[in-house]
Amino acid sequence: MQDISFEVKPNELFGIIGPDGAGKTTLFRILTTLLFPDQGAATVAGFDVVKDYKKIRNSVGYMPGKFSLYQDLTVEENLNFFATIFGTTIEENYDLIKDIYVQIEPFKDRRAGKLSGGMKQKLALSCALIHKPKVLFLDEPTTGVDPVSRKEFWEMLKRLQQKNITILVSTPYMDEAALCDRVALIQDGKILQIDTPKAIVKHYHKSIYNVRSANMYQLITSLKAYEHHHSVYPFGEFVHYTDKRSDFNPADLNAYLKSKNLSHIYIERTEATIEDTFMELAI
Amino acid sequence: MKRFIGFIKKEFYHIFRDRRSLFILFGMPIAQILLFGFAITNEINNVDIAILDNSKDSTTEEIINKIGASKYFSIKQVITREVDIASVFEKGHVKAVLNFEKDFSKKLIKDHKATIQIITDATDPNTANTITNYVNAILQQYQKELNKDINVAYQIIPQTRMVYNPELKSVYMFVPGVMTIILLLVSAMMTSISITREKELGTMEILLVSPLKPFQVIIGKVIPYIFLSIINAIVIVMLSIFIFNMPIQGSLLLLGLESVLFIITSLALGILISTISATQQTAMMISLMGLMLPVILLSGFIFPISSMPMPLQIISHIIPAKWFIIILKAIMLKGVGLEFIWKETLILLGMTVFFMALSVKKYKIRLE
Amino acid sequence: MSKSKVIQVEGLTKMFGDFAAVNSITFEVEKGEIFGFLGANGAGKTTAIKMLIGISHPTSGKATVAGFDVYTQTEDIKKNIGYMSQKFALYDDLTVKENIIFFGGIYGLPRKIIKEKSDALIKELGLENVTNQLVGSLPLGWKQKLSFSVSLIHDPKIVFLDEPTGGVDPITRRQFWEMIYKAANQGTTVFVTTHYMDEAEYCDRVSIMVNGKIEALDTPKKLKEQFQAESMNDVFLELARG
Repeated sequence: MQDISFEVKPNELFGIIGPDGAGKTTLFRILTTLLFPDQGAATVAGFDVVKDYKKIRNSVGYMPGKFSLYQDLTVEENLNFFATIFGTTIEENYDLIKDIYVQIEPFKDRRAGKLSGGMKQKLALSCALIHKPKVLFLDEPTTGVDPVSRKEFWEMLKRLQQKNITILVSTPYMDEAALCDRVALIQDGKILQIDTPKAIVKHYHKSIYNVRSANMYQLITSLKAYEHHHSVYPFGEFVHYTDKRSDFNPADLNAYLKSKNLSHIYIERTEATIEDTFMELAI
Repeated sequence: MKRFIGFIKKEFYHIFRDRRSLFILFGMPIAQILLFGFAITNEINNVDIAILDNSKDSTTEEIINKIGASKYFSIKQVITREVDIASVFEKGHVKAVLNFEKDFSKKLIKDHKATIQIITDATDPNTANTITNYVNAILQQYQKELNKDINVAYQIIPQTRMVYNPELKSVYMFVPGVMTIILLLVSAMMTSISITREKELGTMEILLVSPLKPFQVIIGKVIPYIFLSIINAIVIVMLSIFIFNMPIQGSLLLLGLESVLFIITSLALGILISTISATQQTAMMISLMGLMLPVILLSGFIFPISSMPMPLQIISHIIPAKWFIIILKAIMLKGVGLEFIWKETLILLGMTVFFMALSVKKYKIRLE
Repeated sequence: MSKSKVIQVEGLTKMFGDFAAVNSITFEVEKGEIFGFLGANGAGKTTAIKMLIGISHPTSGKATVAGFDVYTQTEDIKKNIGYMSQKFALYDDLTVKENIIFFGGIYGLPRKIIKEKSDALIKELGLENVTNQLVGSLPLGWKQKLSFSVSLIHDPKIVFLDEPTGGVDPITRRQFWEMIYKAANQGTTVFVTTHYMDEAEYCDRVSIMVNGKIEALDTPKKLKEQFQAESMNDVFLELARG
């Protein structure tokens, strides 16, 4: 990680978006006082991460990337344990976790190791919340979780936000960026951009075209061989194409592709996504 | 304090939920003691021997009767010529031959001295050695009886006295060693594994971020194992007393206190191991290779330290188990008090403080 | 059997006691097709794949993979398929070259062919300068690409990819899909299992498994039309939530 600067506002749902190995976990570990920064300073909830680490440890909730609950303790025992070590009880902050916990309460006597992925995640979140933290750090909470659980999880985060908790969440999934208030795009230990998801997409100045044809592989090779191409990226059923020229005319491209013996050619202007922006910035 | 108790409660859940480890924890000491007590033994029973009696007088007859009557030996063969000695060994019928010199009785009365040659099959040096010792013991006994009636002391052979373990019960020798190994294993290996498990699971990160203080985490990890180790020590001592009728000569209180000291030494070692290993597997390997092997080989448990080469003798000094075994033997077998073992106790105490200090220093309140 | 059908599955079922982990699934995959096999955790994906690659015995139903029967010809199936998963790919403590040689070796390729293939592969991926470096020291994206190439080293008819691009940076991910398109273009069938719906968008056709059954099977485009959804993610949510 090098030279990272950002601010998170109270009550914000802030996303750190970047691929594996970008430095997301390191950043979270510094902010939760588990690692020393080599250079620079950071404050969390008003406390310095080096000097006031004890105070920070009292006021943040942290959910590490790995599933960090005791597999051999039951759901209730896990929650009880985390409540106790943070000097509180389940009853005291029940209203905060109620929404989430009621979904797993029917299984409260089941060992955590026997829960499904989605339920484990809910339990982990309950445990991270039990002491009513001011700031909640969630390191890749949705990695390896199926779309249904992912959606539910983000809905839970939205509700938590309304209960006066600032949430920092990291994720490698670009599509989750849209669910955050603001996001930082991060790659190779550097922040590429910080803004609201909408603004980030707006910053993308080039025109993007969806291109499709009958043969995907030949389409990609032909587009890459086209002398005016700026970028060619497969994007689901399409290829996202940008041109170097400002007066680009799709008809030219169509003619070129036809000359390459491609059939069923389809070219249409489209909107940039976070992923397009990310790739443009990351080069 | 409530946090701390909550933490310890959680540790006990872990221990009691893991049936397999629990079984090993308590099954192991029992199995080991029984194994060493019954199977791996230096004792001999009904060893076949041959007799070559060149005197055939009343004294030799009496001695032969005594030896034959003991449960240790059975006289398989009586030979008459020296040349036959080699052949009885070659045929492998007997493990030893007792050769009484000519005019045994006469010499004993005239010179107050007579000789028996004890020839043993040294292909099995341990047994050979034991046989010699047993024969010596019987001869001594006989000598004592002789000397009771007669004023002049008759000497049959050079004296070898068996002290502290006159019955030559090998289980007495093994109990201190086994106890040391078990306490070390339970304390050091189990704690190091239980701490590294939290690292592996990722729960250590949460514990570090929590307001729980690092030393509370460590002490909380250690306390359950102190309990378990004490229970283990009691089980071992009870087994030795009730199954092997081993007399505990010294003070039980002192024995208890010294055991607790050694348990703490081992726990400190366990914590130290956990600070240098990232996975349970590494912790286990280090515990086994780094602790068990030296204890078995260099602590004097199986191989006497005095017969080791100098460099190994020096190394043996830094092994805490060596000192604990000395202490245990002193209390259990000799029945001495603290005044005779304060030096060893002090060394052990010093080592404990050293390991504790080192592991507290190495324990990280942050991640690497 | 039609030549172009590389995988044919009919009524394939796997029971665990009373529980049908895979409940009578039927589908076909054509040669050179990129087929997405989707489903939530526990939907039966893994069980179905295990049967297809010959490491689990079906309870009932019929299936052939690369023309071989999943009941009786499992050894032949294994020779004709490649496998790559994000979790296990290559040995981190072996060098690039050692990994290639090892995986070539376990498929019984002759030494000369391994040599040729490994040179070609290293050149294609631009790994000339790191052939003697440990795989563990390479960036994740390189590892993924190398691992995919290695899974193709024995020219399998079908390659099974398990969540191949989860967590990879967007650019490497595109490069990866280009490699997949290339392999498909050359006639290799690519069977992708994943629960990342954006990976599904790249497939020619996808099937979605819910509770042991295939509930939808079509091109991503048609599925989106059918469920009036914007993305495969929405299609999936629609199906999984019932």
